[in-house]
Amino acid sequence: MKKLLQTLLGTLVLGLGLANAGFTQEPVKIGMVTTLSTGGGYLGQDVRDGFLLAVEEEDGKLGGVPVEVLVEDDGRNPVNGRQIVKRFLDRDRISILTGVIFSNISPVVAPMALKDGIFYISPNSAPSTFAGKECHENYFVVSWQNDTLHEAAGMGATELGYKKALLLAPNYQAGKDALAGFKRFFKGEVIDEIYVKLGQNDYAAEIARIRAAKPEMVFQFLPGGMGINFLKQYSQAGLMKDSAMVVSGFSADIKILNAIGDAGSGIISTSQWNHDLDNAANQQFLLGFRSKFEREPTLYASQGYDTAKLIASALKATGGKVLEDKAGFREALKTAKFASVRGNFRFASNQHPIHDLYIREVVKKNGQMQNRILRKVATDHQDAYVQECGLR
Amino acid sequence: MMVSENFEARLMLGVGILLIGFPWFADWLDEPYLVSTASRIWIYALAAMSLNLLVGFAGLVSFGHSAYVGVGAYVVGILAWHQYEETNFLGLPGTLEGFISIPFAMIVSGIVALGIGALCLRTRGIYFIMITLAFAQMLFYFFVSLEQYGGDDGLMMMDGRNKIPGLDLGEDRQMYWLSLVALGLATWFLRRLSMSRFGMVLHALRQNETRLKAIGVPPYPYMLVAFVIAGALAGLSGALLTNHMEFVSPDFLHWTRSGDLLIMVILGGIGTWTGPILGAIVFLLLEEFLPLLFQEIGLYLFSEHWRLVFGPLLIGIVLFAKGGLHALVFKQMKGVDGAFAN
Amino acid sequence: MILLIEQLLNGLQFGVFLFLVSAGLTLIFGIMGVINLAHGSLYMVGAYATAIGMQWTGSFWWGLLMALPAAAFTGWLVELVIIRQLYRRDHLDQVLATFGLILFLNELTTICFGRAPLFLSLPETLSISVEILPGLLYPLYRLLIIGTGLLLAFFLYLLISHTRAGMLLRAGTTHREMVEALGVNLTLLNTGLFVLGALLAGFAGALAGPLISVEVGMGENVLILCFVCIVIGGLGSIRGALFGALLIGMVDTLGRAFLASGLRLILPLDFADSIGAALSSMSVYLLMALVLIFRPQGILPVLGRVR
Repeated sequence: MKKLLQTLLGTLVLGLGLANAGFTQEPVKIGMVTTLSTGGGYLGQDVRDGFLLAVEEEDGKLGGVPVEVLVEDDGRNPVNGRQIVKRFLDRDRISILTGVIFSNISPVVAPMALKDGIFYISPNSAPSTFAGKECHENYFVVSWQNDTLHEAAGMGATELGYKKALLLAPNYQAGKDALAGFKRFFKGEVIDEIYVKLGQNDYAAEIARIRAAKPEMVFQFLPGGMGINFLKQYSQAGLMKDSAMVVSGFSADIKILNAIGDAGSGIISTSQWNHDLDNAANQQFLLGFRSKFEREPTLYASQGYDTAKLIASALKATGGKVLEDKAGFREALKTAKFASVRGNFRFASNQHPIHDLYIREVVKKNGQMQNRILRKVATDHQDAYVQECGLR
Repeated sequence: MMVSENFEARLMLGVGILLIGFPWFADWLDEPYLVSTASRIWIYALAAMSLNLLVGFAGLVSFGHSAYVGVGAYVVGILAWHQYEETNFLGLPGTLEGFISIPFAMIVSGIVALGIGALCLRTRGIYFIMITLAFAQMLFYFFVSLEQYGGDDGLMMMDGRNKIPGLDLGEDRQMYWLSLVALGLATWFLRRLSMSRFGMVLHALRQNETRLKAIGVPPYPYMLVAFVIAGALAGLSGALLTNHMEFVSPDFLHWTRSGDLLIMVILGGIGTWTGPILGAIVFLLLEEFLPLLFQEIGLYLFSEHWRLVFGPLLIGIVLFAKGGLHALVFKQMKGVDGAFAN
Repeated sequence: MILLIEQLLNGLQFGVFLFLVSAGLTLIFGIMGVINLAHGSLYMVGAYATAIGMQWTGSFWWGLLMALPAAAFTGWLVELVIIRQLYRRDHLDQVLATFGLILFLNELTTICFGRAPLFLSLPETLSISVEILPGLLYPLYRLLIIGTGLLLAFFLYLLISHTRAGMLLRAGTTHREMVEALGVNLTLLNTGLFVLGALLAGFAGALAGPLISVEVGMGENVLILCFVCIVIGGLGSIRGALFGALLIGMVDTLGRAFLASGLRLILPLDFADSIGAALSSMSVYLLMALVLIFRPQGILPVLGRVR
């Protein structure tokens, strides 16, 4: 039995070795641990598709350097995430780790990558600790800091004149950060906060509480499938006309709008990106994405695309050296010399983005629900934790 | 029967000693990753072994065994967290010392098992399966709602693995040897236990509880002690698992983990010595390498969806391979070695 | 007051819904002695069939109608190929074999329909709320679930207490060998029963579709709760399943609704919220453990059971 296993392993290892020997120039290995299954799976799929679109534009290269992207599904489970990253580091020997969607995965896998001395570039999740105290020279975030879009929602709600708000979020770190972010910029009164279980599907009890509390507006952060279920049930309960819905971009992406249909009309949401932003990079991205995947990209897809473009710019600058020239690669990443689909983009000293934020409204156009930018609520917005970070 | 069991024990000892050299073998293959996989296997084998004491020897089908693994895992994680934060836990400082936190994990798991076992053992059969599941779910949600210790997201060991004088657990090989030794010691202990009077009572209990009562042996205290020992050993495996992963989360207590442990026991051969170990080896290797294997031979559909093969395999083993892998491996040996065994 | 009534309705709706899945589970255990972990998968099949049917035809009603044959067919196939082999096995084998079945069915569903959850919306006529009391608006669809569920429970009662098939079922629960000796075709009875359970679970899945997302793994969440229901009610008893399901539905909903705010009166805010969340998610299992300790046979067990 043992012998059989060893022979089996031996063959496997040999096979992998031969596969690698074929290349003359080793491609840069990029590990992507992302969430493809569960209700939040479409987030990871869009990040992946956006990223791979950028790779495909260059025929398997980024910045002229051949890359190999290894994609694995963490199932939104930190234990799986750790095992995958362990494999990436020890077996596949990747140079860059990216792809993490949820904030229960990133604090678990990012330290593994940083300890190993490779680069961690987040296309989505960005918990506050890594923006402040635990910031790291090899840790970059392309998307936003976790609080950013919630802060924008607080600004937007204040600008639109709402006085009484009720807040709802799942009972986990990102959920709490969301409510804290909203409250940081909201000038009105918060009449209640409701926490639900992560992954909850039925919100009858919570909706009854909202109906009883009669808020002017509801701010909720329920990522992925949770948000769709909530919005459907919320509108079935006939609450949409009584209490306005102000959300961060995650709760009103195109996938959610398609799923809830007309019920979504009038939802106010915030984003750092929207399809109607007029810049050349965005046009190219939209054209490429729509023709390849025959669907509308979400903001996650735009973040995946931006992440790949950032990596491409740095690879180009170092001529494909990542771990051989860490200082050079790091400097190249920091200057962020790429055309972001969201327009203005540069890194703050904690290596999180400085960018503009918008509020949008859901409208029906040509029979399709879509977001339309109402106005810009912040220019060159920077996260609240940058002062706590020791990086220059 | 006895002859073949002795042969099995000698074989286990021999293979166990050979396995000490596995890290060098992995080096020779240039696949250091295998050392980490192997550590995981020994840790799960230990958990499966402790479950086998209940299922295989005492005939108590516990469907909540991952709860004790999880409790042990959390003890190590929480102590390490307090060490890192420099705060107190119930008036005591946290610690990273393996000689304190690992035995402590076993004790706490044992105590939890004592409490739960005392209540569960009032029931039998399907009700026992269900009530152990209920308690495991309760503990699962308990840890999910422990916000201070990460809730759903779990807890990292920020300062790395436990410290044990003379060992550097931060290095994967030493973690491997610790896991292997723990499994060896637990196997030895359980073997001695099963040959004692206590073990005889457990065997009798599984075979016929009524008769056992009739000859004047009260089953309850024996079952309870078995439950506590199984809990403490599961706690040990949990403590090692946290060290191995440098992370603990409620997922360790999820009911499907209990299912996995039961599968390992059945797959390997219920009520046997090598069974749980073989079961853990094959289960975890399948999980890890089945996708790769399918990819190698070009069956890409199965490479992503390996469970499509794994599920029916499991059903097949339950339905047709009574006695599991143990029976497959040791059948012929029995024929040669113990001519009078069946 | 209005809030309390609304939450009670929510609890009732959840309970009725759990009953639809539990009914099959408890009958299958009671008559055949099989623990079927894969029962949740039949619920999933119902939900998927509705979603797919709706995509094809554009009508929720056709989707609903498709769920029934799909679930019944899957149930029939599963019984024929797997469950039939398990009647005389011990519970451990049953748990593991049906666990393997879950893995298989989940993976098969993933291959056919992908990992992304499917979302289906209600027809306009159903996605409204009605005012059932002054000031109390309640979604029509949830009211319909309550109504249909209670109606089905009543039909099950008629079927079991007042028909020949029901008589055989009851007899089979308590005196299986005797029924067999009297020349009743138990194999046929078992298959029929399994298909009935699959129909109910599939129907529950179809009803759940528009409320929650249809995704792989949805069955397992419901399954564990349903086991709690039937254990509390008394294994094999349909009355017990109804009672257990309503109890669990109420406890779960009211716990989520009021526990945290109740605790806020006596504890600091943050602390009360987290304790409340913990207790409300543990409450159903606590209840099950208590019942098993003090009344292991369940609250409304089958009377005169010989096994």
